[in-house]
Amino acid sequence: MKLTKTGQKRLVSNSITYGMVVLAFILVQIVDSTGHLTSSLRGQLVPICAYIVMAVSLNLTVGVLGELSLGHAGFMSLGAFSGVIVSLGLRDMVGAGPLRLLAALLVGAVIAGLFGFVVGVPALRLRGDYLAIVTLAFGEIIKNVINTIYVGIGPDGLRVSMSDQASLGLGETGTVILRGPMGAVGVDKLASFGAGIILVLITLFIVLNLVHSRSGRAIMAVRDNRIAAESVGISITRYKLTAFIISAALAGAAGALYALNYSTVVARKFDFNTSILVLVFVVLGGIGNIRGSIIAAAVLTVLPEMLRAFNDYRMLAYAIILILVMLTSNNDRLKQLRWRFIARFRRGTPQQEVDHE
Amino acid sequence: MNNLAKMVPVPSRAIIPERDLGSTPILEVSHLGISFGGLNAVEDFNIIVGRTEIAGLIGPNGAGKTTVFNLLTKVYQPTRGAILLDGKDTAGMSTMQINQAGIARTFQNIRLFQALSVEDNVKIGLHNQFKYSTLNAILRLPRFWDAERKAHDQALELLSIFNMEHMANDTAGSLPYGAQRRLEIVRALATRPSLLLLDEPAAGMNPSETEALMANIIKIRDMFQIAIMLIEHDMRLVMGICEGIAVLNYGKIIAKGTPEEIQANPAVIEAYLGQKKEA
Repeated sequence: MKLTKTGQKRLVSNSITYGMVVLAFILVQIVDSTGHLTSSLRGQLVPICAYIVMAVSLNLTVGVLGELSLGHAGFMSLGAFSGVIVSLGLRDMVGAGPLRLLAALLVGAVIAGLFGFVVGVPALRLRGDYLAIVTLAFGEIIKNVINTIYVGIGPDGLRVSMSDQASLGLGETGTVILRGPMGAVGVDKLASFGAGIILVLITLFIVLNLVHSRSGRAIMAVRDNRIAAESVGISITRYKLTAFIISAALAGAAGALYALNYSTVVARKFDFNTSILVLVFVVLGGIGNIRGSIIAAAVLTVLPEMLRAFNDYRMLAYAIILILVMLTSNNDRLKQLRWRFIARFRRGTPQQEVDHE
Repeated sequence: MNNLAKMVPVPSRAIIPERDLGSTPILEVSHLGISFGGLNAVEDFNIIVGRTEIAGLIGPNGAGKTTVFNLLTKVYQPTRGAILLDGKDTAGMSTMQINQAGIARTFQNIRLFQALSVEDNVKIGLHNQFKYSTLNAILRLPRFWDAERKAHDQALELLSIFNMEHMANDTAGSLPYGAQRRLEIVRALATRPSLLLLDEPAAGMNPSETEALMANIIKIRDMFQIAIMLIEHDMRLVMGICEGIAVLNYGKIIAKGTPEEIQANPAVIEAYLGQKKEA
């Protein structure tokens, strides 16, 4: 296959993105094996992977499709709880942890994708901020519904109740998986950093391949100019839905990964704040910039831990850092300086710089 | 709306002018109209365009020319009248379906996919020519490589009509104005239309660019054997290349005919220059 100039550039750029993730994995392994990894940071490794997947998938909706979604944590929640139920439901049948994890991730993705379809069909027909409002409501509804659901496994299979634990009627032998507002208890910690990195790589593979294809171009065409896209025969609804469902499904997988890292999972964890947090990752990393999302998600998940020294002022410092990063990364003069520095570095000699338009 | 359109009879042969229209004309519009809140933006619009005809739609500003294009491409759904494309009724079709049925267009205020490359803009035009599923794209199956290679070759070939191959990697939004207009035409051609609608293709072009554009419009017609309908204010272009011209004023056709007939028509002169006051 002969590559075009754009094709080559793209290949290099994608390789850097994949390479960055693999390198980060290797570095962490080295640091860990030499015993320099703090336990608090080790505990953050799987959540970091989950948040990276969340940020990259939300970037597909916000950056590539150009629609604002404020309920991404809702899809994460769906994936988390369906993943937990699957992993515990399969405990007696499938012994191998990785297989149960895989099943949990897949089911989490499918369930979240299905809900993405259900939410997307009516919401994506509307223009403007409607999707933001509908997804915001969706996230809250999911949180409140999961808060009232009781799920248990009895001798005859899965039982669901909306009232209380007793009405599950499990008797002595059954185990309760989901206890309404108490959340899921006794979850097996099946997730590992390695599995997280693999999920990140799969997510990147899906999103990057989608973006640089016929479907991806159609999605971006809808974003850039709806009327022009229609005028060249592109179905607006179809490609909006494609992007939204893939985004939701990946968030579902991220949720399953996240949940299976803890012994207890509550629906409150996946609230509006989490949706906004992921949106902050996307905006800070650059809208439409996949590599930026990865870096922003990783750094901002670790940052609060790094700021422990500030004690009570921890979140204040976090906010100040956020604002400073925003200001500097969007400052034209600093951007120019950076370009000049890169150009000088590449050429080796300080030359007269041609102004970029 | 469907019923309304069906109630209108197929245009009688009597209004077909003395031109070679082929066996069936590519476009037959009869009694087309739309009102916005009681205002008739376009009223009783009738036109017939032959298979390889270059037709002009002219008129003063605000006459409703672009509205006609928006009606033909169903950006607005007409309130009255019928549009037959290649003899088939287009009632109830969406903008997307109209394109698939064979009408492509450019826009008065350029609507490119600004952030994407020139090549990607053309490839988006080729969306329905080289198809493969999203799954094919994600898994990078052989179908993907095959279709992408064909789309790439075809995109460059289409760009070569205007000698724009060397710009393929540039960002569409960074192109000079004239090149953006040409790119829009290329993108429209990529959808393989049988009727191409050009909304002020020469707007903002200098005389030599306009000259080249005129030659290119004829070249495109001859190459692709398609009909072209254009809205234009540059009379040199309109009179130079159009075979049939319709003049629109206040949403109504006030004159139809060959360039010579239009130039001599008192109603047209009045519409453009205003009524002569009695002394």
